This record gives sequence, structure tokens and C-alpha cells, in this order.
Amino acid sequence: MTPLQVCLLVSAFLFAIGFAGAVTRRHAILVLIGIELMLNAANLNFIAFWRYGAHPEALTGIIFVLFSMALAGAEAAVGLALVIAIYRHKETSNLDEVKELKG
Amino acid sequence: MIWIVKNLWLIPALPLLAAGIIAVNKQPARKLAAGLAIGSMALGFLLSLCAFAATLGHHGEGAFRETFSFNWIQFGGQWMSIGWVLDPLTAIMLVMVTFVGMLIFIFSVGYMAHDKNFMRFFNFLALFASGMLGVVIANNLFLLFVSWEIVGLTSYLLIGFWYHKPSAAAAAKKAFVTTRIGDLGLLLGMVWLYAQTGTLNFYDHGHGCMEASALAGMVSKTICGGMMISTAIGLLIFLGAVGKSGQVPLHVWLPDAMEGPTPVSALIHAATMVAAGVFLVARVYPLMAAGAAPVEHGVPVTTALTIVTWVGAVTAIFAATIAVAQNDIKRILAYSTVSQLGYMMMGLGVGGVAVGMFHLITHAFFKALLFLGSGSVIHGCHEEQDVRKMGGLKKYMPVTFVVYAIGMLALAGFPLFFSGFWSKDEILHHASHWSVSHVPFYLGCTGALFTAFYMTRQMGLVFFGKYRGYEESSHSAHAHSSSESHSHEPHESPAVMTVPLIILAGFAILLGVIGTPAWPWFDAYLNGELAELQIKFSNLAASAGLMGASALIVLTGITVGWMLYGKRQRKTAAEKDVLEAAQPAIYKLLENKYFIDELYEATVIRFNAFAAWLCDFADKWIFGGAVLLVKYLTVGASWLYRLTDENVVNGGFDAGCGSIRGGGGILSRLHSGRVQTYLRIIGVALVALIIFLIWGRKA
Amino acid sequence: MTLALIITALVTVLAAATVMSLRNLVHCALAMAVAFSGVAALYLQLNAEFVGFAEILVYVGAIAILIVFAILLTRSGETPEKSVLTSGWLAGVAVSAMVFTLLGWAVLTSSALPKEIATAPAAPVKNIGDALMGKFVLPLEIVGLVLTAAMIGAVIIALKEDKKDNPGGQP
Repeated sequence: MTPLQVCLLVSAFLFAIGFAGAVTRRHAILVLIGIELMLNAANLNFIAFWRYGAHPEALTGIIFVLFSMALAGAEAAVGLALVIAIYRHKETSNLDEVKELKG
Repeated sequence: MIWIVKNLWLIPALPLLAAGIIAVNKQPARKLAAGLAIGSMALGFLLSLCAFAATLGHHGEGAFRETFSFNWIQFGGQWMSIGWVLDPLTAIMLVMVTFVGMLIFIFSVGYMAHDKNFMRFFNFLALFASGMLGVVIANNLFLLFVSWEIVGLTSYLLIGFWYHKPSAAAAAKKAFVTTRIGDLGLLLGMVWLYAQTGTLNFYDHGHGCMEASALAGMVSKTICGGMMISTAIGLLIFLGAVGKSGQVPLHVWLPDAMEGPTPVSALIHAATMVAAGVFLVARVYPLMAAGAAPVEHGVPVTTALTIVTWVGAVTAIFAATIAVAQNDIKRILAYSTVSQLGYMMMGLGVGGVAVGMFHLITHAFFKALLFLGSGSVIHGCHEEQDVRKMGGLKKYMPVTFVVYAIGMLALAGFPLFFSGFWSKDEILHHASHWSVSHVPFYLGCTGALFTAFYMTRQMGLVFFGKYRGYEESSHSAHAHSSSESHSHEPHESPAVMTVPLIILAGFAILLGVIGTPAWPWFDAYLNGELAELQIKFSNLAASAGLMGASALIVLTGITVGWMLYGKRQRKTAAEKDVLEAAQPAIYKLLENKYFIDELYEATVIRFNAFAAWLCDFADKWIFGGAVLLVKYLTVGASWLYRLTDENVVNGGFDAGCGSIRGGGGILSRLHSGRVQTYLRIIGVALVALIIFLIWGRKA
Repeated sequence: MTLALIITALVTVLAAATVMSLRNLVHCALAMAVAFSGVAALYLQLNAEFVGFAEILVYVGAIAILIVFAILLTRSGETPEKSVLTSGWLAGVAVSAMVFTLLGWAVLTSSALPKEIATAPAAPVKNIGDALMGKFVLPLEIVGLVLTAAMIGAVIIALKEDKKDNPGGQP
């Protein structure tokens, strides 16, 4: 088991956990937390491949991860703003009750 | 082409036009109707005189005969031509029909004055006249048949003129059906003739079917039993004449036809229509006489003519015996007509065209006279027709009495002065010289005896003795001088009715002149030998024997009749007839017309009713059944279609739509509106995609 | 395959598992911070120092705090009495299990992974800066725009509505 594989497995596990949380928990914020975890897993994946892959001097992995983090931050901001807006409208943050789009 | 021959069609066309105009006019235009009808007949009479004059002025061998034909209708590649012919036979018939018709029309104006269907009567009369005249001038069997049928139709319409009387309606139907049976023979003969000769024109410059070449062709061929084709066709055509002229066995309609008004009886059933049958036989005489063996006295003897003679002779004696026992004034005359028609046929058979036609012409006049006279009597006796309720009318209706007596003597054949004597004698003369048998001669003589007898009986019962027409309660002893109101008394008829009678009576006497053996003008005229005609009183001597014998027969008949009915008058209406008292069984047989009507009723009519029932059954069940079957099949098919449409098509479609909707319903569950569900689906899709990529790569 | 790597990995994984299984949201947020830290440690071990520090700064320092703020603003601080799992959670677990199985299998059996353990690369910050301003300047500017848009959007979305301006309730 190479270190790469360990990192990749960790990343896979993180991703799976994040996904599981996003689709099983009731609270909207936890879904967002799960999404953050998934993003982190992906970033980890990139870094692992950067470290153990070809041409590490191109710094492609790092740059990518930096951008990814920036965007993750932006997305987290917007997502949380959405959660707050929904909470304001429906007095709940239970995702089971947010189904106006049902049909 | 002489103009009269070209315009001969006008003679039947004028009454036809009159009938048409009368038909479209409303009820009260009586003067117009009568005027039109009588006017058309008068014009026709004038034209007939022109035609007659044209035939007289002919010099040449053989009879004058001019035809006018034109192509009428084309079927296939052939043209059928019709046309008319003017020859002595035509001319003499034209004159007679228009003259007698005109007189009878004038008589009808007075007779039908109180009838509210005056217009309809004259309409039918005019139509009849045009039909009869069409029969006379026709040169073509087809045109003759069409006119023949018009005559039959109008006869039906006129017999049933008072159609609300059930007896009249039944009589009209009987007349039509019985003559129809005869017409079937005529039609078959016509078709066969056309098949044999290729033309229906009688005379067509050598190509006609009565001319030598056609006749030769028909004589040479024979059919079953060795009978010549000409004989067979002639007998078929004779069958038509049998129906129309009331020969035995198709005579049953004529006495019943007396249900019609008296002018109808006079015109149709005495003078003209029934004579049409005799005229037809005269027209096709060349056909019937074709192929005869060489004969003496110039009269051909063939099978057809022999049959015609026998039928005529039997009819003559048959009807004469029935007339003896009748009590209705018109029935006596009707049976007398049947009997005289038999004489005419017999005359045609034994003596040729001239003999038969001479009797036809004289009979037309005196029979019309007798019928019109009886009409006058009936009118005067307030529509009473039973002779037992008449009597002593010579006091009340002297003019009628005199003319009626003239007519009666002419019919009976009183010697020398009256035309009936000369015409009947011609027939008996030729019958006595007939080569086949003398039986018709004896039958004719016996018939003459009976004729004289029953006519005297009729005269005696009607005009002599005391009037028996009052009620039984008021005894005839002080009947006519007492307090009985004069409105019950018989009265003389008005001039419009008596003047035609007088004219006819004149002719009944005078017509005899043209047919005496001393100056056989009629015979010569018909045969085209007028040029060599001279008055030869010596001929009278040659036939003196027969003249004497027939005079004796007639006088015997009159004497017996006078003794039984003239001198010994019956007292009351209900008294039994002299003959009935003497021979009740025979009298009953004669009175019931030999029960022939009952025989026909039991056989032919029942068979006809059965056939009609069979046809109705077939129509209702077999053809109707087929229609019903089609109906049920159609209904079933449509029901099946509806079933299919509703369940299969609609149901299928609905099921399809329903399943789509159901599918949609199922699929819409995917849209739960919940984000996490969507996420799950995305996860599954992602996994599937990657697996696919990996496997695809590996493969 | 140093021990440090394995321990760091385990901590991260455990923290992540904890995040998703706790009932109290605040505890979840805290566990999430721990997970992020673990990931940062992993980054450090993978010679991506800059990224590791950026991780701490961004995730732990900003996003985790942001999440805590959101938790507090939506009044979800108390431990809920009802179930915290959504309906049909088993399907979700199954799906994530499938995902993990797939990824793990791919990782373990793939022949595309390099077998050699390469030498540790150098990633000085200067090079990163050069790359950012040189080769990747355009994505940098676009990310700047995206962040601006996100910020404005978040503000608008979360803005408290004035009832007088918008009676229909539409944002």
C-alpha cells in the first residue's frame, strides 16, 4: 500500500462520508457541511497526485487546489445565505419540509 | 301523298287534345267540356268524311290503300317505324265511330246533366274516342296495341264511373282483368309476328306483315302438330279479340259492365269497343286466311278461320239463350250484344271481312239506338232498370217507343226494311255455304229465333200493358189515374236525348241499302271493286230461299214473344215469369248465366288468390327475409364495430393514455422537491457512469 | 508510509465520521473543524505547506466559523429530540457505500497509479506566486470576480426584507 493509495483511500472515505451525511441528515446546514467535506476530499486527491505523480514542479495541483478552496469559500457563503433565507421564510431548516418544487 | 292520309293522325288527336284540356279544367266548366268533346268528334267526323271520299275516288285495281309511316324509335341498330293506313276498312270504321260517337256524346249531355262528375265523364269519353280512333287508323301493331290498351283503360274508368258503388268497382275490375287475359294473347302474337317478319307494320309497300312476302314466309313454317305459324299467330291475336269482344269463355265481363252509365254502355259496349275485337280480326284477316286451300265462293278456309267461326257460333247461341231469362233491361241488351258479336265473328270466319264488317256497322247503329233508348227509358222511369217494374210506357214516352221499336226490329232482323235483316242474312247465307260444316248455320238460325223472341219479350214487358212501377201496396188497378203524385209517373226525355235517337233510327233503316245482294255496295267497296258495281235485282231472287227462311224464323220468334208477353200481360212486378212457371229448372239455369261466373270464381279466381297469397308470402318471408337478414347482419356488424370502437380502440387509447399518465405519476415521484433525493440520484448516476467508463475502457 | 501519515489519516477519518453522526449541530461543526485540521496536517505531510496553511486559514478559520454562525442564526443550537435522519436515509447510506466501494476498488486495483515513491518536490511559495501571476493570472482574476459575485449574491439573498417594499413575499 503506497502512501498514495493511503491518501487516496482517505480521500475516498472522506468523500463517501461527506456524501452520506449530505443525503441522510435532516438539517440543511449539515448538508452544507457534507459538501465541504466532499470538496476537501477532492482537494486531498489533487494534492496526493501532485505529490506522487508526474511533473510536480508544474505546481498544477497546488494551483488547482487553491482555486478550489476559494470557490469552496464562495459557495459556502452563498449556501449559508440561502439556508438563512429559507429559515426566515419557512421557520424551519428541516430539508424534508422544503419541497415546494414537488411535482 | 294525299293530305288526308298525311293528316289522318288528327282524327284521334283531336279528342285526345279535348280530353287533355278537360282534364285540367275545374268542375263547373261543363259547357266547355261538352263543347270540346262534341266539337272534336264533329271535326273528326268531317275529316273521316274526307278520308272516306278519298277512298271512293280511287280508280285502279285492288282496294285503295295508302300508308304513312315514320321512324319513331331506335333500338340497337334498327329503327322502329309506326304509322297509319287509310283503306276502305279504316275509312268506314272512322265514319261510323265518329258519327255514332258524336251522337252519343250529345245524348250524354242530357243524360248526365244531373251528375256532379260531368267533367270527368266527358274527359274519359274523349279519351276513349281518341283510343278507339287510334286503333282504327293504326298501321302498326304496336300503335294498335297502345291504343287498344287506352281503350281498355277508359272502359275500366267508365264502367267504374260511379266508383262508390261496390258493384260498379267490382265490375270495372272484372272487365279489365278479363280483357287483360285476352290482351296477353295479343301481346304474344305481336311479339311472335315481329320475330317472324321483322316488322310490325301491316302494310309497308310490300314489306309489311300482312303483305304477300311475309305471309308466304309464315305459311311455309309449321310448329307443333303441323299448325302453320300464321295460324298460330292468328289464333293468339284472336285471343285478344275474344277478350275484347266478349266471346265465350271471356264473355263474363260484358253483362257486369252494364254498371256504367248508359251512354257508356251504348258507346263502348255496343258500338265501338267490343267491335274493336272484330275489327282486329278483320285487320289481320290476311294472316288468318293465309295458306288456305283453293276454295269455292272465294272464301278461304283455314284452321284459324274455322276456330273463329266456331267460337262465334257458340257465343251467338249461348248468349241468346241467357238473354231470354234476364230481367234487367240493360242486361238483356248486353247479352244480345255478346250474341251479335258472336254473329260477327262467325261472319268473318265464313264469309270474309265484308260480311263481318257489314254486320258490325249495322249493329253499331241499332245497338247504340237500343242502348240509348233504354237510357231514355231508365231516365224516364226515375232510374228504374228492372223490366218487371215497367210497362205501358208507350203511352208516356211515345218517341222513345217508336225509335226503340225500330231498333228492336232491326236487331231481330225484320225482313226487308231494316238493316239488321240484310246484314244477318249475309252471314247466314255464307254460313250455309261453308265447306267445313253446316252446324254454325243451324246455330245461327236458332240464335236468330231466340233474338227475335227475347227482344219481343223485352218490348212487351217495357212498353205494353200497364205501368207496374208503383208500390205494391197501391194496387195497379187504380194506379196511374189516382192520387199517386205525377212525379212517380214516367216521362219523356228532353230533346237533347231524343234527337240523336231519331237520327240513329234513321240510319238503322237506311244502312240496309248498302248491303243488299241487289246492290252489294259494301262488299265491293271493301274489296276495291266499286267501279264494276251495278244494281242487280236478279241477285235477290237467287237468295230468295234463304231470305224467306230467315223471315219466317224472325216472324215466328216475334209471334211467340208477343203471345207470351205482349198479349198476356203480367199483373204485378212480383209475378213469376211465364217461362219460369213453365220450366223452372231451365229458367233458373238461364237466369244464372249457366253458373259460369260461379265456376270461374271457384277455379280461376281461387287459383289467382292463392297465387297472390303465395307471392305475398314469398315477398314477406323470402325476399323480406333476405332484407331482414341483411338488416340484422348490418346491425350486428355495426354493433360489433361499436364494440370494437368502444372497447378496443377507445379502451386501448384510454389505457395507453392512462399508462402514460400512470407512468408520469410514477416518474413525478422523482420530483419530490427534496434536495437530498436528487443528491442520491446523482450519486447513483455517478457510480453508474464511472463503472461504465471503467468497463468500457477495459473492454 | 510513515506512522504520522497513518495516524493523521485515522484522525481525519474519525473526525469526519463523527461529524456526520452527532446529533448536536454545534458538536458537528466542531468535529468538522477537527477534520479540516486533520486534512491540513495531511497536506503538510504531503509537502504542500502553502496549501495546508491556506486550508487552516480558509476552512477552519472562515468556513467553520461561518457554519457556526449559520447554526446560531437558524437557532439550531439545541440538540434535537426527533430523529436527525431524513426519510429514506438508508438509500443514501447505500448510495454512499456504493460510491466508496467503487472509489476504493478503483484506487486499490488500478494500474494507472505510479508505483514509485518519488522524491519530495519543492513547492516554495515564490513559485506558487509566480505561477499565479504568470500562467494562471486569468483564472485568478475570474476567481476574484466569482468571489465578488458570490459575496454580493449572499448579501442579497440573506438580506432581511422590508415588508413595506415587498408585500408579496418574493425575494
